[in-house]
Amino acid sequence: MNMPLSRKLIFYTLLFVSALLVFAPAMIAFMMSFMTNQDIMAGNMIPTSLTFDNYLAVFDRFPLLNYLANSFIVSIVIMIGQLILCSLAAYAFVFMEFKGRDVLFFIFIATMMVPFEASVIPNFQTIRDLGLIDSYAGLSLPYFAMAFGTFLLRQNFKQIPKELKEASEIAGIGHFKFYLTVVLPVAKTSLVTLGVYGFLTSWNMYLWPLLSTTNDSVRTVQIGLKQLQSQEQLNEWGVIMAGGIIVVLPTLILLFLGQKKLQQGLAEGAIK
Amino acid sequence: MKHVELIGVSKSFEKQQNVLNEIDLSIEKGEFFVLVGPSGSGKSTLLRMIAGLEDITGGILKISDKTVNHLPPKDRNLSMVFQNYALYPHLTVEQNILFGLHVKKTPKKEQQKRLKETADMMGLTELLKRKPKELSGGQRQRVALARSVVSESPICLMDEPLSNLDAKLRAHMRIEIRRLQKKLGLTMIYVTHDQVEAMTMGDRIMVLNEGKIQQVGKPITLYNKPANLFVASFIGSPKMNMGKAVFSNQQLIIEDKLHLSLDRAEAAGIPKDKNLNIGIRAEHIFPGTHDNTTHELEVINVEQLGNETLITFEIGKELWTAKWLGQWNVHTGDKVAVSISMKNMSFFDADSGLLIKPASAEREQEVVAI
Repeated sequence: MNMPLSRKLIFYTLLFVSALLVFAPAMIAFMMSFMTNQDIMAGNMIPTSLTFDNYLAVFDRFPLLNYLANSFIVSIVIMIGQLILCSLAAYAFVFMEFKGRDVLFFIFIATMMVPFEASVIPNFQTIRDLGLIDSYAGLSLPYFAMAFGTFLLRQNFKQIPKELKEASEIAGIGHFKFYLTVVLPVAKTSLVTLGVYGFLTSWNMYLWPLLSTTNDSVRTVQIGLKQLQSQEQLNEWGVIMAGGIIVVLPTLILLFLGQKKLQQGLAEGAIK
Repeated sequence: MKHVELIGVSKSFEKQQNVLNEIDLSIEKGEFFVLVGPSGSGKSTLLRMIAGLEDITGGILKISDKTVNHLPPKDRNLSMVFQNYALYPHLTVEQNILFGLHVKKTPKKEQQKRLKETADMMGLTELLKRKPKELSGGQRQRVALARSVVSESPICLMDEPLSNLDAKLRAHMRIEIRRLQKKLGLTMIYVTHDQVEAMTMGDRIMVLNEGKIQQVGKPITLYNKPANLFVASFIGSPKMNMGKAVFSNQQLIIEDKLHLSLDRAEAAGIPKDKNLNIGIRAEHIFPGTHDNTTHELEVINVEQLGNETLITFEIGKELWTAKWLGQWNVHTGDKVAVSISMKNMSFFDADSGLLIKPASAEREQEVVAI
């Protein structure tokens, strides 16, 4: 890009400052997780001595691994459930013709305006009546149907030329086979995007697991973190931060992997 | 033997009535049948109705003497080539070609045999492992053809398959498709808006306009005896020269500009009291020689094509084009001598558009040619 040096300087300074601001909490947490309690209390920004005691303490003092496993199971179940339901719904909205399809779709989309918090009570009652409190099913079921995911996939499926569907019809390929052998492979990129998005959202959810669980055996890691904080009389910030860092790790890994895949997908589209 | 038969077939959409109106048509086995018409004439809709991709609002569609109105596409035993080829982007050429055969549960051995034959025939053997995006337009076109050939369906439908190719490749593919169709004895129904394609490929042509059949017949018949003004102006390139004509004082006056002395034999049977339109093909406006010059006209444009020269004149409100063989040293603004004769003119009823009398000279030529 052609830009005078002075302006470049200004831009980069601004970028640097805003990056610092955005990233500061994460950096501080990362630093604190390696500090001794004295260091933290003294308000040091840079640890005087590195220690892994906080990480050991986090695993030692409460069932972090158990929480992590719960979170993994719930997030993956939600992710798979969303991918299946959203792609099927999007398929119907794109490739099946029926009266009132567009109206139905707009009503479907309109549910995006209802925040999850507003539907928490009916959801809770449903799950309770089904006897699914304290179960993985209860944690994940309400998240399976997602208007946003359906919308995302519908937009992507619409880019598939309808001649492909017609060619399949002439060859005698039914809806389900077309969905499996053509639509899903062609829309792979969006499915990955939606999968990553669904996984991260469910990994980070807090309110619903708190409501629908009553014991530690099925609770997810976000609630575990909160427990770390309130269980202690005097908060051991180093331990809390170590827990936080561990919880963020899967998110980061997924983001990096997903990003690579996403870039691949984008490039593929560009060459075509 | 009638292979595809349409009896009073009509199509209406919710928002648009009578997209197709009472189409009666029968297509013989092994025939190359071309549907041609301007965009919006309903030709693609008609093809899609035969394929079963579009519902039939009225009438009967028969394939091999069986009514198939309500059969799904897969049970009609036909194949189709789409304008954008409709190749599956995530599959290789080989998988694309075999895609339909998997579904029909063709044995593996048979699949491989047909794949090999088809790939050889289409010159795709080297490309079988490639993805569609790694192919050129012409290669994609051949894959689409191969996919249709490999199904061994007796009827093949094509929806403007050549319109995405450049002119040179198009001319080449025209010949290839034609050869393929003859070799395999396919009943081909081919949709195009390009009248050159229609003329060069079709055994018979149907001209469609605004959902109505204008004329069905052999290419040469359509060219020589166009049933109405629409067909006359649609078929042929450059298009037929048209003009309003009246008879007066033993003269034929065209566009108030050209006066021709009346040829009694030619004028016989033409009602003198009707509004008339005449049409004359570009190649029938001859360069005037010493004894046959009828008019001197001003040239307003010249196109040198090398083997022939197109010269445009202004006749009243109409632009007429003459096609002369060879290279002529004519320039814009020149006055050139031409020879125009009534025996080369087709006469149309200006109100109904219908043909009254075709050009008689062409009939003679036809006889000579046989």
